[in-house]
Amino acid sequence: MKNVKEQAMRIVFLVSACASVLAVAMICLFLFANGIPAIGKIGVFDFLLGEKWKPGNDIYGILPMILGSIYVTAGAIVVGVPIGILTAVFMSKFCPKRIYKVVKPAIDLLAGIPSVVYGFFGMVVIVPAMSFLFGGSGKNIATASVLLGIMILPTIIGVSESAINAVPSSYYEGALALGASHERSVFFATLPAARSGILAGVILGVGRAIGETMAVIMVAGNQARMPKGLFEGVRTMTANIVLEMGYATDLHREALIATAVVLFVFILMINLSFSILSRKADA
Amino acid sequence: METIMEEKYMEVQAINRQTWPQRLKSYKRSPLSLILLVLVSLSALLTVLTLLFLIAYILVKGIPYLTPSLFAWEYNSENVSLMPALINTVIMTALSLLIAGPLGIFAAIYLVEYARRGNKLVSLVRVTAETLSGIPSIVYGLFGFLLFAVTFGWSYTILGGAMTLAIMILPLIMRTTEEALKSVPDSYREGSFGLGAGRLRTVFRIVLPSAVPGILAGVILAVGRIVGETAALMYTAGTVAGIPDNLFGSGRTLAVHMYVLTNEGLYTNQSYATAVVLLAIVVCINAVSGVIAKKVAGKNK
Repeated sequence: MKNVKEQAMRIVFLVSACASVLAVAMICLFLFANGIPAIGKIGVFDFLLGEKWKPGNDIYGILPMILGSIYVTAGAIVVGVPIGILTAVFMSKFCPKRIYKVVKPAIDLLAGIPSVVYGFFGMVVIVPAMSFLFGGSGKNIATASVLLGIMILPTIIGVSESAINAVPSSYYEGALALGASHERSVFFATLPAARSGILAGVILGVGRAIGETMAVIMVAGNQARMPKGLFEGVRTMTANIVLEMGYATDLHREALIATAVVLFVFILMINLSFSILSRKADA
Repeated sequence: METIMEEKYMEVQAINRQTWPQRLKSYKRSPLSLILLVLVSLSALLTVLTLLFLIAYILVKGIPYLTPSLFAWEYNSENVSLMPALINTVIMTALSLLIAGPLGIFAAIYLVEYARRGNKLVSLVRVTAETLSGIPSIVYGLFGFLLFAVTFGWSYTILGGAMTLAIMILPLIMRTTEEALKSVPDSYREGSFGLGAGRLRTVFRIVLPSAVPGILAGVILAVGRIVGETAALMYTAGTVAGIPDNLFGSGRTLAVHMYVLTNEGLYTNQSYATAVVLLAIVVCINAVSGVIAKKVAGKNK
């Protein structure tokens, strides 16, 4: 009897462990089954490289959205990565214990704030500020980049900080013993040794930025046309799905799912490079 | 003896310490160091100030609008009550945890306590869990929409939303539980086996109880994600502004409520107030997880 119970629970545990495998398989199956046929119908090149998205006329080109996602993410990197890495260096090597006790929870809080709240903040603060500074509506690539840059800060800070902490202190001490100042030792001995860990953090941030939906919708303007400049409105792939899924039918809906397939492939590539890098960082 | 050692140690520290004039002199010799110091400090300051500004701005603008009518039981376009959304959020959180909690914890138990080393399945589970945790919430939302709303024909339902969120938080709960289980010393298990307990009894009576704080920390993180989630819920649970009669009704959570309010553009003040409530929830969640994390760290010492 006891043995039966043991065996039964063992199977229950095993089945539970398979849940995540099943989930990934189902997600792939549903996305690809619903999206790939649409790509076939529209034509791979017309879909991926088409510059016009006009569902009313059955024209589905998502190049504007792909570029939109890439531009906004690149902007987020430009804004978020330098500040994030420098803050991580501060937390790890410059911060007095008393200040650390305040800054660490603050960064955790930054990570916990919902994206709608970020989006709302962007809408009522950053958008008017951008409009005031550079004219126009204020809903553009630059605004979205700044907001996303803030949103990926906690990710980059967290991963970079642990990467810096993982560098043996002998590196730092060696540099110090050779007469380098504290700052030089940290920046030229410790930091280079932590680079693959930091890069992993940046890639994780890229994943966050490219997948972010609600905050971007609220500040990016969402015009489905080729982005022409930093201060032009832009629509990302994520925004495209949310904005039109509510009323889309037939091929239009399938084209939106196909957009998600493209996004999913992007994310898979990012995940892959993240896991390769973090494995390298561990070794 | 010990105090003498400590005093000596302090003295050594004191010799090593630079006074301010000394520091200034060395910075004069190497301006780059000064620049780096300034850059680093400024970045940290900027990060913290951004957070403070965000919170202060929303609090100042939102608290005046936290009126009793905002917490009325029924939603209508006059009071724009967030109460139904708040209750939906609680229901959604409870449901998702009910599904993902046991599943995630059992999966972690299998990985840590049952699987043999070099098991192929284990690495497959790890890879898929890693993949899951990187998938953006809109992709989850679309998947939930296709599976629950379209294929099952449920249309927008609380249950569909909860199941979508359950998949989303599964990797988080698995990972934190795994770490919590791993931190339980092997001597506990050996002691239990030595007294004649079976594997199952050891897991439930010995290992799990000592891993509870770590698991709880993961669950609280998951609650934070559920409360803040919007994109995964819009096309799975829908945006109806009331409490549904049963699990197969549509209803919006607080974050979705806030998005819809902001999107309509008519209720900016109420959006501020809703943001205050969301922020308050997040701060509470962070405080609780901080306390638990401290407890875990204290125990591991």
